[in-house]
Amino acid sequence: MTAPPFEDLLRELTPQVLGTLIRRYGQFEGCEDAVQEAVLAAAVQWPAEGVPDNPRGWLVTVASRRLIDAMRSDHARRERETAVAAEVVPEDVPDTDDTLVLLFLCCHPTLTAASQTALTLRAVGGLTTAEIARAFLVPEATMAARISRAKQRIKAAGSSFRLPEPAEREDRLRVVLHVLYLIFNEGYTASSGTELHRADLAREAIRLTRMVHAQLPDDPEVTGLLALMLLTHARRAARTTPSGDLIPLDEQDRTRWDAELTGEGITLAKTALGGAALGPYQLQAAIAATHADAAAAEDTNWQQVHALYMILERIAPNPMVTLNRAIALAEVEGPVAGMELLATLDDDDRMAGHHRLLSVRAHLLEETGDRAAAYDHYRRAAKATASLAERRYLEMRAGRVRPDAESAGRPMSDPV
Amino acid sequence: MQFLISMHVNPAVLDALTDAEKAAIGDGHGKFIAGLKQSGELITTQALVDPSQAVVVKVRNGQPVVTDGPFLEAKEYLGGFYLVDCENKERAIELAAQIPDTAVEGLGVEVRQVMFADGQLEA
Repeated sequence: MTAPPFEDLLRELTPQVLGTLIRRYGQFEGCEDAVQEAVLAAAVQWPAEGVPDNPRGWLVTVASRRLIDAMRSDHARRERETAVAAEVVPEDVPDTDDTLVLLFLCCHPTLTAASQTALTLRAVGGLTTAEIARAFLVPEATMAARISRAKQRIKAAGSSFRLPEPAEREDRLRVVLHVLYLIFNEGYTASSGTELHRADLAREAIRLTRMVHAQLPDDPEVTGLLALMLLTHARRAARTTPSGDLIPLDEQDRTRWDAELTGEGITLAKTALGGAALGPYQLQAAIAATHADAAAAEDTNWQQVHALYMILERIAPNPMVTLNRAIALAEVEGPVAGMELLATLDDDDRMAGHHRLLSVRAHLLEETGDRAAAYDHYRRAAKATASLAERRYLEMRAGRVRPDAESAGRPMSDPV
Repeated sequence: MQFLISMHVNPAVLDALTDAEKAAIGDGHGKFIAGLKQSGELITTQALVDPSQAVVVKVRNGQPVVTDGPFLEAKEYLGGFYLVDCENKERAIELAAQIPDTAVEGLGVEVRQVMFADGQLEA
């Protein structure tokens, strides 16, 4: 998307202006509405009249005016005459970047993940409610209600506008990173006709993560998450056919991977791994970097991928990680070893009937030559997925191993 | 994640309810809708007319053939639905359990995830 230059500027200024307003007036809810209105006003006026000399000051002035108007009419409604001017105005700190403080607030642990993502995109990302609604495929009224509910919850939780205490900062940062990861994934896994809007979500997640990285350049998990996003996003052009069908990693044309993003991602992944403590994003970035290092799928260092999954499994045990390790193990030791590891997941309630477990098992069965069982598992996986693109892909794979298919072991020249 | 929560209604069971019971179900749906709107989880909800008003359309030899009555002869018919956008399947089930129909024997409530959507947003 090639947005007009003032739009990028507006989006970048949004969290800064919001931070300034909250520092002055101390009410997140009202300030957030006022800033959104000021941003909309700028989007209308700036293209016609030109960007003002001090765009940030312009936005602060307009947003403050809207906020004071809103507060006055609130007061009038309640028949109270309390003068807004009498309130103590905290000192304005124009050089402070409040992006991080705002992110912590929007990713407040009392909110659901859906509310955290929506609020983050609006208050920090500067997207309008309509844009967020489109990206998540819900009506604008639904998204407006969700955002308004989230702001009320934050108010009720009595959060103050400052960085969390050092003791809880680490945990709160994990929530922020998880929300950014969810926004990225929402864009990355897009598959329907609205793909374009959702691809923007991946870009937006990268932009926000870059902002966090600029504030916390020494946090290895922040660096790891940014690296993971860049390395994943670099494959975008190669991972679907023009008609939208999925292309798995081992069949992708790697010359179509974005070399610039890949290069930056590999560098960041290496920096992250050099940090003090290992975390899941660093390891996932390192795995993605290992794939990126291979010019062709055959050149993949599966030993290293498997070793990284072993560490990931140890520090962040999760059946999905074990599942991915089984794929790597199968590449190193053969499909039977991979299937033995998969068998350890059979008793896990989180994985029962999961389409990923079914599809990986189908793939390994196919490798062992058990076409009938592979067919059955591909079909079951296709039924279990909620993604149309994935279902098409799994049905195609099932078609390749269908026991009664004409291609099944029969030479093409054979008369039918 | 989006889910369709569909309500399968047995007209005989509905007819047998007292006016007070019918009113309680109506109130329950009203409260349910208000709650969904407030939480930002409701996409849309629609209720359908009685299945006796349905017509079945077929095209034979290029000509439409329209006959009265529902396509399936069943005890339960699709009475209406809620389309919601919520956190996960567990939440969808939790929402479905708030629908008053779930407490009435013979009225069925079913939850299924949406796989593809188009058209309803730009209206």
